[in-house]
Amino acid sequence: MIPEIGHFALIIALSIAFVQAAVPLAGAGLGVQRWIALAVPAALAQLLFIGISYACLTWVFINHDFSVLYAVKNSNSELPLIYRISGVWGAHEGSLLLWALVLALWTGAVAVFTPNVPRVMRARVLAILGLVSCGFLLFIIITSNPFERLFPAAAQGSDLNPLLQDIGLAIHPPMLYLGYVGFSVAFAFSIAALISGQVDSAWARWSRPWTNIAWLFLTLGIALGSWWAYYELGWGGWWFWDPVENASFMPWIVGTALMHSLAITEKRGTFKAWTALLAIFAFSLSLLGTFLVRSGVLTSVHAFASDPQRGIFILGFLVVVVGGSLALYAWRAPMLKSAAKTNLLSRDGVMLLNNIFLVVACSAILLGTLYPIAIDAMGGKISVGPPYFNLMFLSLTAPLGVLIGIGMLIRWKSDSLQRLGSKLKIPAIVVLVLALLLSFALPEWIWTAYLGIAMALWIAVTVGIAVYERFHGRVLSNALRSTPAGFYGMLLGHLGIAVFIVGVTLTSLYNQEKDLRMAPGDTYEVAGYVFTFHGVRDYDIDNYVATRGGFSVSSESGDFKVDLFPEKRIYRVQTMPMTEAAIDAGLTRDLFIALGEPLDQQGAWAVRIYYKPFIRWVWLGAIIMALGGLFSASDKRYRRLARSSSVERSAAEQAA
Amino acid sequence: MNRSLLPLVIFVLMAGLLGYGLQLDPKIVPSPLIDKPAPAFSLPMLDEPSRQLSNTDLNGQVWILNVWASWCVSCRAEHEVITALARKNLVTLVGLNYKDEPADATRWLKQFGNPYATSIIDRDGRVGIDWGVYGVPETFVIGADGMIKYKHIGPVTHDSLEQTIMPILRELLS
Repeated sequence: MIPEIGHFALIIALSIAFVQAAVPLAGAGLGVQRWIALAVPAALAQLLFIGISYACLTWVFINHDFSVLYAVKNSNSELPLIYRISGVWGAHEGSLLLWALVLALWTGAVAVFTPNVPRVMRARVLAILGLVSCGFLLFIIITSNPFERLFPAAAQGSDLNPLLQDIGLAIHPPMLYLGYVGFSVAFAFSIAALISGQVDSAWARWSRPWTNIAWLFLTLGIALGSWWAYYELGWGGWWFWDPVENASFMPWIVGTALMHSLAITEKRGTFKAWTALLAIFAFSLSLLGTFLVRSGVLTSVHAFASDPQRGIFILGFLVVVVGGSLALYAWRAPMLKSAAKTNLLSRDGVMLLNNIFLVVACSAILLGTLYPIAIDAMGGKISVGPPYFNLMFLSLTAPLGVLIGIGMLIRWKSDSLQRLGSKLKIPAIVVLVLALLLSFALPEWIWTAYLGIAMALWIAVTVGIAVYERFHGRVLSNALRSTPAGFYGMLLGHLGIAVFIVGVTLTSLYNQEKDLRMAPGDTYEVAGYVFTFHGVRDYDIDNYVATRGGFSVSSESGDFKVDLFPEKRIYRVQTMPMTEAAIDAGLTRDLFIALGEPLDQQGAWAVRIYYKPFIRWVWLGAIIMALGGLFSASDKRYRRLARSSSVERSAAEQAA
Repeated sequence: MNRSLLPLVIFVLMAGLLGYGLQLDPKIVPSPLIDKPAPAFSLPMLDEPSRQLSNTDLNGQVWILNVWASWCVSCRAEHEVITALARKNLVTLVGLNYKDEPADATRWLKQFGNPYATSIIDRDGRVGIDWGVYGVPETFVIGADGMIKYKHIGPVTHDSLEQTIMPILRELLS
């Protein structure tokens, strides 16, 4: 009964989505107030019914209802409660339902938290979100119904993929989806503005907090995925340029460009068409990501579920949404006029350059991800490897680091080379010299390490100067009060990049990886740490059996000691061996041990020992960046304007 | 042309490509090298770089050359099938480690298992060019007469192994 309720609620939600898409849009076009007024209640009702449907599927998982096919495939009565809850999005059908739920949540948030947006605009935005929701709900109901029954019911389920039985991966998809799908709001605002022709500063201001929040979730989601890959896949890497990773990284890059471009459009009234286009791109790339992951077009370590039939549906949907938006753009964009000219030597100009670099970087990744399909279309099949991505990406992001620093200190509208030169000359020299000294302190001098350190220092120093310029010569309490949260957001976002650069540079250049044969009692020294192997022991836990290795690690000087227990697990139902690495994490280095295979009867094992300097900084950087996004989105300005414009509006309504 | 039409045009081309991508199977592409002598090479072995393996060492036997790299995701996908082929112990299986770091390659083999009798290092991809390698992975079947009999582009699947490669091998070995 419960699964049928879930299925039925989904169908009702689809009907509501149709109404939410069609009626307010027609009402906005024809000026029918009652039709416009339908947008908000429809959005909330849709959220309610998708919520019911989602709750039903969760109930099925929690209560082991093995008459539902999806639960049989992805759950098991031995599965701990937390993974029964997260197991709902462990495979294709459920993760799409989560996608739809997240979209409904964003839509509901737009319906509730936009009192400052004129009603017609809001109605259009909600209608467009409804349209997107229609597509996804249709997709779920037609091709991927999670509530499909199995007759007769199975006695037992075939368990959740063991790779997914992990806390990091349990929260990774919801975070990622909050980001991915969150770009739908900026997208809907952009389409609504293009329809009405009202592409202006006000539109940019409405879009900014939504874009920031979506971006911060996406940042955290990607970081979580990378962290998970690091400790769970057992080969110590944190980024693989895998098509699925690229699919989440591309909207992030374009989203970053969009945040900056929205800032210019709000402040200066320029780049309107470009900003609208970026908003379309960010969401299109999210949809493309879904297509790549779900259709099986690409061979990937991530491809948990794929089916060409579904691919055709998503492709059709992609063509309607993206093709339709770009056609609208092609029609409207020529009518948009910038309020002012852009001088390249100004903050607007630097941010335009930043946008160009970001978009080119994204295109390079897109090319590398789709190139294998292109080759396939011509009759081959290949994989474009990390050598391509690393080279492309490094050469495109290095100039970005320099621009970040300049961008924070240059003036809006126009600046003089002289003023900028005198301000930046000394910091630049200090950074270059200091980076040189620091890079000689490293175990080996490598020019890319120097470059990375210089870049991170440059960003940190310019952040410091920006703070100094704002607070210098002012009463602290006044300065604090008058400084908008967006300023801190900018500083944190950029500092996060600096921390991230340090992490990436040092960990990729100075990590040490050893593949060893170790018998009980053997010791081995890596990077000043002595690793001693004490043998393995077997354990029997919930739904798996584990072979646990005992290691003790001490530094050569003897003032550091830790015991580490890497595991090799066999999950009983799927009999899939899993490597559970043991990690001693630290701010300046991680020690990482993974068990390979048993080698002989005497208890010798293949053991991998990694020394990863500064790897935590990679994720720390992402967290700082996300904090920056939070600060920016919480800027008082958005709320203050909300109040004043709602006052204006009610006055205008009374007058009318 | 109107500049603002450009994004739409690019998108339509891309969608066409993706649509085409959905229709495709890993295909067999006729190679101009089929029934031609295998291009000569002499490359260091991955497990023992001081020793070289050349094509003449393999004369008189049927052998397979599998082009792979540690950075190649599709190689990971076909690894299981290549291992199954190696277990049959029918022919000598040589890996051509293409444009790779030897340390990465060694680690990759340790992690996933080494199906190859030996792998040779083609670090700059020169030998790959001689053999007409489009990309990684690719698989060549070479007869006892030193002629290339068959070329497979893309990851070998269980189906293509059983239905195409095995019949060719059986014929060559009989």
